[in-house]
Order: sequence, then C-alpha cells, then structure tokens
Amino acid sequence: MEKTYYNPDDLKKFGNVGEFQKELADKFFDYYGTVFADSALSAREKSLIALAVAHAVQCPYCIDAYTEESLEKGYSEEQMMEAVHVATAIRGGASLVHGVQMMNKVDKLSM
Amino acid sequence: MKSLIAQSHSLSDPNVQIDVINNHNDKVKNLDKFEKKLDEIGLLPLKPTGIEIFQINVGYMCNMTCKHCHVDAGPDRKEIMTKETLQYCLDALKDSDIQTVDLTGGAPEMNPHFRWFVDEVSKLGKHIIVRSNLTILDTRKFEDLPQFMADRGVEITCSLPFYSKRRTDIQRGEGTYDKSMTVLKILNEIGYGKEETGLLLNLVYNPVGAFLPPDQESLKQDYKERLWNDHSIVFNDLFTITNLPISRYLHFLVMSGNLEEYMEKLITSFNPSAAMGVMCRNTISIGWDGSLYDCDFNQMLQMKTNHGAPDHIKNWNLKKLNSREIVVNQHCFGCTAGAGSSCGGAVT
Repeated sequence: MEKTYYNPDDLKKFGNVGEFQKELADKFFDYYGTVFADSALSAREKSLIALAVAHAVQCPYCIDAYTEESLEKGYSEEQMMEAVHVATAIRGGASLVHGVQMMNKVDKLSM
Repeated sequence: MKSLIAQSHSLSDPNVQIDVINNHNDKVKNLDKFEKKLDEIGLLPLKPTGIEIFQINVGYMCNMTCKHCHVDAGPDRKEIMTKETLQYCLDALKDSDIQTVDLTGGAPEMNPHFRWFVDEVSKLGKHIIVRSNLTILDTRKFEDLPQFMADRGVEITCSLPFYSKRRTDIQRGEGTYDKSMTVLKILNEIGYGKEETGLLLNLVYNPVGAFLPPDQESLKQDYKERLWNDHSIVFNDLFTITNLPISRYLHFLVMSGNLEEYMEKLITSFNPSAAMGVMCRNTISIGWDGSLYDCDFNQMLQMKTNHGAPDHIKNWNLKKLNSREIVVNQHCFGCTAGAGSSCGGAVT
C-alpha cells in the first residue's frame, strides 16, 4: 500500500486504465476529448467550468490539471477563485436547502 | 534584487545553464533532444529563410530586475554597446535591404547613444522597434523619449505580463503595474496605440509562472477590454511569449521544483508548424560587444553564430549569414511549444 492515496504522477498514467478495459476507456477518452473541444461553449469556458467542478468533486488530479489549464487559457486568479466560490455556493446551498426538509419535519412533529 | 551574475550565482554561467537543461537529473536527461525533433520533421540543420529583422541588444543595464528575465538584466549590469559598435551596425544596415531594426536590452533607452542611434537608423529609412519596459519612461531623465520616438515613427513594444496589478507586480516588482499604466496613458496621449496615427504600441504577455501562454487572439481581447474599462488605455497588438528555460527563469524553475515538468511540457507541446516559423530563421541578434547570434536567447547562452558564418558585426556578410546553420539546444523547445513563440508573439 502506498503511503498516500494520491500521487501527482498518477495523473500521467490516466490513459493506462485502458489496459484493463480498452473498449470502455477508448469510448471515455474519445467522449472526453469531444466534451472539451470548442463548440457551443468555448474550450476556454469549459476549462473554468471544469475547475469549479473539480473542486465540487474534490478531485486533486482535476484541480491540478484545470488550475494549469485555466492559467494557460488566460484566466486571472480572481476569476479562478470566483469559479471555486460558485462550486462552494452550490455545495453549501445544497446542504442548506435541506433545512427546509428539516423545518417541514419539525412542523409535522410539533404541536 | 541583484542579478544572478552580481550574486556570483552558478546559474549566471551559460555553460551551467546548458548543462542543467540537458542533464539536471535522469528524467531531464532522457527527454527528447531538440535536434532529434527537428530531424524528424526534416528541418535539421535549421537554416534561415532570410534575415529580415536586425535585433540589437544595446546593453544589459536595466532599471528593473524582473524575476523571469532571460538577460539577467538589472542596474548592476554594466555591459553597454559602444558608439563604435553601433556604427558597425549602421554600416551593415546601410548595405542591406533589411527593413526592421529591433532594439532591445536591458532597457535599450539607457544606452547613452540611444537617441543618436535611433536618429541614424531613422535616416536610413528603416522601421525601428524599441522594446521598452515602460517604467524607464516614467523617470525624469527619459520622460521626453515618448515624443522623441513618436517623431521618428518608432514602434514601441512593451512588457505587460498581465492585465492585473497582482500578477504584473509579482514578476516585475512592486509598483510596476501602476507606473506602466501611467506611461501607457502618456503614450496614448501622444497618439501611440491609436489606429489613425500609425504609431504602433504593442504589449507583450508572458506567463507569470511555469505554464504556457494562452491563445494570443483571445487574450488580446481580454487585455483590450480590461485596459479600456479600467484605465481607458488602448493599444494595437498583444504578443504572447513563452518563457525560455534560461537565466533567471531557469533559476525560478529549479528553485520551485518545476524544471522537469516544464521541460516535459515544452517538449510534448512541440509543434512542427511553430518550428517552421521560429524567429531565428528571419532574425539576426547582435550582442552588446558586437558578437552575432541566431537569437537573443542564444546570445544569453553565449552560443554565437557558427558553422563558418561570421560571428562579429565587424565581419558582417549577409550572404554567408543567410546560408548559415542555426545553433540549437534544449531551450529552443520554448519557441516551438503550442502556438510557438517569438519576439512578435505566437508564430502559428
């Protein structure tokens, strides 16, 4: 067992997942490439969305990759941090909105 | 901050720099070599397409000590081109149809013969580009230079590594951004950057860290929007330039533990189209002492023109220089990564 679960060098080995199941890996990476291509949204916009999502799913590989990608797409530190706050707001809001469920239950149980 | 050379730092030695980018550790040692990549696409030996740009480094003295500077320039550098060597440059230019003279440094304005030389080149009818750090024009000694350059139709290409104060000041020193904005406004006031005047004002972006530049066109739109909205500043073009792993930028890469990753990134991003358009194919670089180089980066690594071509301005021979073999090494990957990089920005 490794001393840590995450090793930055493992990101470069991502493509190796195809060694155990090539067909699905090929389909995934083909899909991945298409998702991030310029289309209705630009590749630039998609990189900032990916940075926010990386924080929401707390993927260290994705945070490394899309931080660098966002810098190389010309985003400023402020823009990148605002994207992280969007992820944070949605995550926080997702918890808080359940407060309504709690209030409903309190109502139901209370006299 | 002192220059690396004033600190007697080992990385001020070009031979040490070349060794580091080739042999820093096993990983770096095993990376593809630039010559091999050129060979694979049929570009070895790399030959000029014809010299169109005569780039003179008139001295390494500068009022600033930027963290990424490939020249290791600063106030403590005393290397300055003499009037005699500048005259050799004029003699070479007189007899050639090279149309563009590109003045760089250090801060080229600090050469004591700068004004005389600009006048003389101007008389030859050549197009002059001055690479300015902007802040030098915010000092009393040089405050008349914007008008001087405007009167001679000089194109100004200046450093502004990002449109935000934070990132600019991190790389170029506290207060640089504000001074730069002050000078850009002065340049705008005398007509620079305005379409109707023909006075060209271009900005240079370079990454403040170990990453590649963004797409030039899209970043230019961001710069235009931000500088106009925040400061009412206009400019003509934006050039994105990749940092090459030499001198102070190499020092940063080594000290921050980014060297391997950065070299690997440059190499995996090798773009054959960018290699076709590298600036050394249409440029000659003249050092402060008159030595000739294939580019300003080779100059800093003291890799002179070679393979039988003249290596000093005294022996200028355009025909021989146009048929020379360009000297390359691992730092050249900086000019061929992604969209490519040159003193005029992306090359693809």
